[in-house]
Amino acid sequence: LAGAGGDGGGNNEVQWCFLQVKGAIDEDVAEADIISTVEFNYTGDLLATGDKGGRVVIFQREQETKSRPLCRGEYNVYSTFQSHEPEFDYLKSLEIEEKINKIRWLPQQNAAHFLLSTNDKTIKLWKISERDKRAEGYNLKDEDGRLREPFRVTELRVPTLKPMDLMVEASPRRTFANAHTYHINSISVNSDYATYLSADDLRINLWHLEVTNRSFNIVDIKPANMEELTEVITAAEFHPHHCNVFVYSSSKGTIRLCDMRSAALCDQHSKFFEEPEDPSSRSFFSEIISSISDVKFSHSGRYMMTRDYLSVKVWDLNMENKPVETYQVHEYLRSKLCSLYENDCIFDKFECCWNGSDSTIMTGSYNNFFRTFERGSRRDATLEASRESSKPRAVLKPRKVCTSGKRKKDEITVDSLDFNKKILHTAWHPMENIIAVAATNNLYLFQEKVN
Amino acid sequence: MGEEEGLHQTQFLDTMFVRGLKRKCFDGEEDIEGTLAGIKAIPSYNLQRQSLLDMSLVKLQLCHMLVEPNLCRSVLIANTVRQIQEEMTQDGTWQMINTQSTGQASLDRLVSTDILCRSSRDQAEGKHVPAYGTFNKDFESDQAQDSSETMSTAPSVQAPRNLQSNVWEMENPQENKGNFQKSLDQIFETLENKSPNSVEDLFSEVDNSYYDLDTMLTGMMSNTKMGHCDSLETFSSPSNTASNSNCKSDLNDLDHIVEILVES
Repeated sequence: LAGAGGDGGGNNEVQWCFLQVKGAIDEDVAEADIISTVEFNYTGDLLATGDKGGRVVIFQREQETKSRPLCRGEYNVYSTFQSHEPEFDYLKSLEIEEKINKIRWLPQQNAAHFLLSTNDKTIKLWKISERDKRAEGYNLKDEDGRLREPFRVTELRVPTLKPMDLMVEASPRRTFANAHTYHINSISVNSDYATYLSADDLRINLWHLEVTNRSFNIVDIKPANMEELTEVITAAEFHPHHCNVFVYSSSKGTIRLCDMRSAALCDQHSKFFEEPEDPSSRSFFSEIISSISDVKFSHSGRYMMTRDYLSVKVWDLNMENKPVETYQVHEYLRSKLCSLYENDCIFDKFECCWNGSDSTIMTGSYNNFFRTFERGSRRDATLEASRESSKPRAVLKPRKVCTSGKRKKDEITVDSLDFNKKILHTAWHPMENIIAVAATNNLYLFQEKVN
Repeated sequence: MGEEEGLHQTQFLDTMFVRGLKRKCFDGEEDIEGTLAGIKAIPSYNLQRQSLLDMSLVKLQLCHMLVEPNLCRSVLIANTVRQIQEEMTQDGTWQMINTQSTGQASLDRLVSTDILCRSSRDQAEGKHVPAYGTFNKDFESDQAQDSSETMSTAPSVQAPRNLQSNVWEMENPQENKGNFQKSLDQIFETLENKSPNSVEDLFSEVDNSYYDLDTMLTGMMSNTKMGHCDSLETFSSPSNTASNSNCKSDLNDLDHIVEILVES
């Protein structure tokens, strides 16, 4: 997959322009509107977001017209639907949040689009289909749907299809429920396009897309005695090409690669990835900041990327003892870990993503900052998603956090960072340099500057 | 800058942390620079480690009332507590807690936790986090105040039920409610018998096993009273949890609910 620009070979650094922003402008953010997941589909024409209120909003890219090939398409709302509702578990006297934790698209096989969306307990398969024609001239019912009197049916006719205004319908096709005792953190569609995995804190289950009443448990790290619990599963993903291989990350900063051919229950890993701890930087917070919040395979399948609290690491699947690349996201927070522990920010789960050609990676930070790292040139950028820099085609100015005493103009000191403005979810178009950045309740879209 | 390097060597502190201590604990007494110049100046390191332990235990107890708490977060906090406990056992400071000398030192410990609970921005602006500030005033100015009034602002009252039922695994909810009531009674009984003046009395009765994480977890799992009552006893400033709760705005509802429960 070749990206449009931003490729490895000594090109100029990608400059980002503002494309669009979606969401309310109000200072008062409704909790339900907080975006909790963002995902492009396989072609990049559709962009789905899920929010805390259990809703899914799908944006579609407008088609470029042949007369203006350089005018890049904008994303407009295509479909909105309520995916999950709040539930109450009467047995435990606990609410089950309707927040959408993850959305994953299925590859398109016919005119309709399919996606999986999940909250803490239940995964649903949604079919999104277009309807732009309707049938007229039924024999047994009137145009308004009422049944015709039988004696009025004097002749048979073939109904005809007439055009109508485009209607996009979302319908739930499957509900995969009751398989998770703990909170689901990941779902991943297999490259066989027939199965998928769902992972919670202690278990990973394998599902067939057609079968809802049964799933296979493939990883179980629950100890016999829960008092001995010291590690949980934080993320899991199938390999993009090998349908028998998946990885899962843990709260202790380890990644296990498993091969489903070797055993039905993959408690024994095939590979174990862990970077030895640097003894000089050990503190009481070492384990917490080593906890992996996201793991993503590269498109090529050769590498995987993990995100922990302060850094992003790229691993070669053939080398288990250390990552091949480490990028510091916000190292200036290392001296603030105690405060961040106190206000719980240290538990924030940031995601990360690859661009289409695997040459650049992106992840979020605080103060609505997000970071991009070009792997070849080792160039990195800090950008901000803000209303202030949201003029059409405005080029994003790189931001800088001041770490030493003297603050230069336009720099921001660590103490004035807004830790309530966190960018946890980002997504990169699979083929082009278009990125979607979720900033609380707003979705920002940026695209590469075209000269 | 040298001061900050010293901090970095202790691998533990951040600047806010130290400034807070300076204002409250060492005012007009020891020279803070002198204390911290060396690596691991013993009194302050232990104090701060103790504060971290207190904070961690409070975090474990404070759970969302209605929604199952985040297991990953709970596990990470529990592991931190375990780490501190192990280190304290190795240091031999585990024993020091029992022989905590003067009421003044105990008060310092309370106050340092106070500093910890304030966000760095509030620190800088010298603001009081609202609910927390209220408690602080009550505690310091009105020593003879009925302790149960203090409890009414402490969401940690919810802690027994939530701790045992939500942190690892749900047991029978009916049992939990019964234990909650039992724990609540014990809490009131305990606090009414002690006037906040005798802070050192509170500390002298610290049950060592409270700090034993395994015991605490066992206490949760088998629904015994041991973990919760004692832990609330030793949290001589239980309403510190109120300030932690301000870190999450939806726990303001918790205060309201607790007030209702306590009054009933």
